[in-house]
Amino acid sequence: MTPVERPSSEGISRRNFYVGAVYGMWAAISAALGIPALIYLFFPPKARKAEEWVEIGDVSKLAPDSPVEMVFRRNRVDGWKVISEKGTAWVVKQADRSIVAFGPQCTHLGCAYHWDEGKNDFLCPCHSSVFSVDGRVVSGPAPRPLDRFDVQVKGSKLLLGRLRQRREQNG
Amino acid sequence: MKSIADWLDHRTGLQTAIRQFLYEEIPASSGWHQVFGSVAVFLFLTQAFTGALLAFNYAPTPGDAYNSLRYILTELTGGRLIRGLHHWGASMMIVVVVLHMVQVFLYGAYKKPREATWMLGVVLLLLTLAYGLTGYLLPWDNRAYWGTVVTTQIAGQAPVLGPYIQRLMGGGGPVGVVTFARFYGLHVLLLPPATLVLIAIHIYLVRKHGVAPAPGDELLPKQQFYPRQVFKDTVAIFVAFAILFVMALVARVPLEQLADPTDTSYVPRPEWYFLFLFQTLKLFSGPLEVVGSVVLPGLAILTLILVPFFDRGKMIKVTRRTFAFSFVLLGAIGWTGLTLAAVKSTPKEAEVAVDYSAPTDWMQLSPEEMAGVAYFRDENCISCHAIGELGNSVGPDLTRITIHKDAAWMIQHFKRPSAMRPGSSMPPIQLSDAQLNALAAFLLKLNPDNATALSNAPDFATQGALVYLANHCGSCHLVNGVGMKVGPPLNGLSKRQSRSWVEEHFADPQKLSPGSFMPPYKLSPKDMENLTSYLFALPE
Repeated sequence: MTPVERPSSEGISRRNFYVGAVYGMWAAISAALGIPALIYLFFPPKARKAEEWVEIGDVSKLAPDSPVEMVFRRNRVDGWKVISEKGTAWVVKQADRSIVAFGPQCTHLGCAYHWDEGKNDFLCPCHSSVFSVDGRVVSGPAPRPLDRFDVQVKGSKLLLGRLRQRREQNG
Repeated sequence: MKSIADWLDHRTGLQTAIRQFLYEEIPASSGWHQVFGSVAVFLFLTQAFTGALLAFNYAPTPGDAYNSLRYILTELTGGRLIRGLHHWGASMMIVVVVLHMVQVFLYGAYKKPREATWMLGVVLLLLTLAYGLTGYLLPWDNRAYWGTVVTTQIAGQAPVLGPYIQRLMGGGGPVGVVTFARFYGLHVLLLPPATLVLIAIHIYLVRKHGVAPAPGDELLPKQQFYPRQVFKDTVAIFVAFAILFVMALVARVPLEQLADPTDTSYVPRPEWYFLFLFQTLKLFSGPLEVVGSVVLPGLAILTLILVPFFDRGKMIKVTRRTFAFSFVLLGAIGWTGLTLAAVKSTPKEAEVAVDYSAPTDWMQLSPEEMAGVAYFRDENCISCHAIGELGNSVGPDLTRITIHKDAAWMIQHFKRPSAMRPGSSMPPIQLSDAQLNALAAFLLKLNPDNATALSNAPDFATQGALVYLANHCGSCHLVNGVGMKVGPPLNGLSKRQSRSWVEEHFADPQKLSPGSFMPPYKLSPKDMENLTSYLFALPE
């Protein structure tokens, strides 16, 4: 069952036309299906309302350089839903009385770390990353300092905004 | 390159298989009339592809289905196109499968030894319809819900088997999570592999017996499937796809209101390809109903399956098959007549026609802001100003927060534009203070995120809001949190009262709600319609 080539040049050019047209049309169809599919899968959804500030508690009685884990609820857009979920932050009143709120996950692989009163450090139990009270990496595999929430203090109330990564070791 | 290809062929036989497939010999008479089978297979694969894409962002439970589909339509780039392809692809698939059957029927290609190929084809037709039936429920809007309620009831009427089929559909009681899960399971888990297997066997049988020759073919040299017939098939596929693509781009697939089992005013209608069955059902009533709903369709399917055994004569030229032609013609006339009758009997959409597949931020506007939209349109502000992506850029973009002023500034500006903004070429707006207030209220609400959504507000809503303001309804009632609480709030009115109740209530409130001190309102029919539609479109 091998193709029987027609000897005439007219037959060959017609054959070439058929083959070229078949490839061309399939390429067009694939593009018309494939490109929208890629756009559909890779473009982020149209942004909905930007995250609001969420009030998480009273910070007037915090002792300086003594981190406290604060639990709060906030709304998050999750696909087609807005879900209300529990969040935590390690809140520290620094020596200059400014407030810092760290995201609750180790910057290495996302484990939950905790404050070690005795050593005055944040310790991650997974791979032994150690962070100082201002979030800098003291030792261990963590690649960057602890992530920080945007914060606002209104009276004695602390408001949290977005969680941001920092690249630099200082501050 | 060649050595890799040779290695692959030696180990798998892939190339030899492809070659055998492509260089299959087909009769000399083969041509354009035999392209429909390939188009059907192509459409099936396209449906599988777009269906999988939809499934990536779709939650198959009644609680989430509607919202996730809205998310696909309004928030994902390309989501509307993918859904359009899937929706219109389903309709097109039914058209093409039927055309394929008509061609085979007209040519008598079902005759010995191809009876099994035909019978399998009938089963594939039924599977195609089953996709339509099960997929119809998945958007979980009113159309989907009520259509399926009727379907499951009909299934329950089948003699002997009825209750069992209904049980299998999760029905018997109201259509709910169980029915939904079963329809979804059928639609995406059971039907696709079953279809694939049957298509494979169908094509295998076509290959086994060869493409049906026409009388006279035996004297002519055979041709090869590739490239001439492949070219013809591809052209047909390309044309079908082009039509489908344009339809998906242009024809908006509606999404109605979320399924509402308590909606007593909804008139369900099946998808167009089932309308003829719907109409047949109407021809029978009482104890004979089962004839229209189950017996006749069942007999039709049986007849279709047995066609090769009714017609066992020798192959004759297609042009001489007058009986087959008249049979198809009769069928087509019958189908068209029934479908047209069904379309005619479908009531005009008197209910609020809101397209929920588009952003509906306009529903959140207060009546005054909504009236502002009406003035914005009447004054044709958009001929100079842009709102987001719409309009012109002669004047400033009104969604840009940086140019926002307070209402008092705006009203002064509307009256004498050049006084507030020297050098402005904007003409003064000739409206009353109250009207300018409404316009300013609307403009204060504009931002880049809701701009396109606000321009979506249907005319009945803006006109209804004008009637609402003119009659000072807000002095007693609350809409979207604005107004007074003397009378009942009007959000959710559509859940509490029927349209006719509301319209009658305007004319004589005390007759319908004794003790009410709402004064009667004499509204023109047009005003009445707009106001009621507007109130019915309010979010709950």
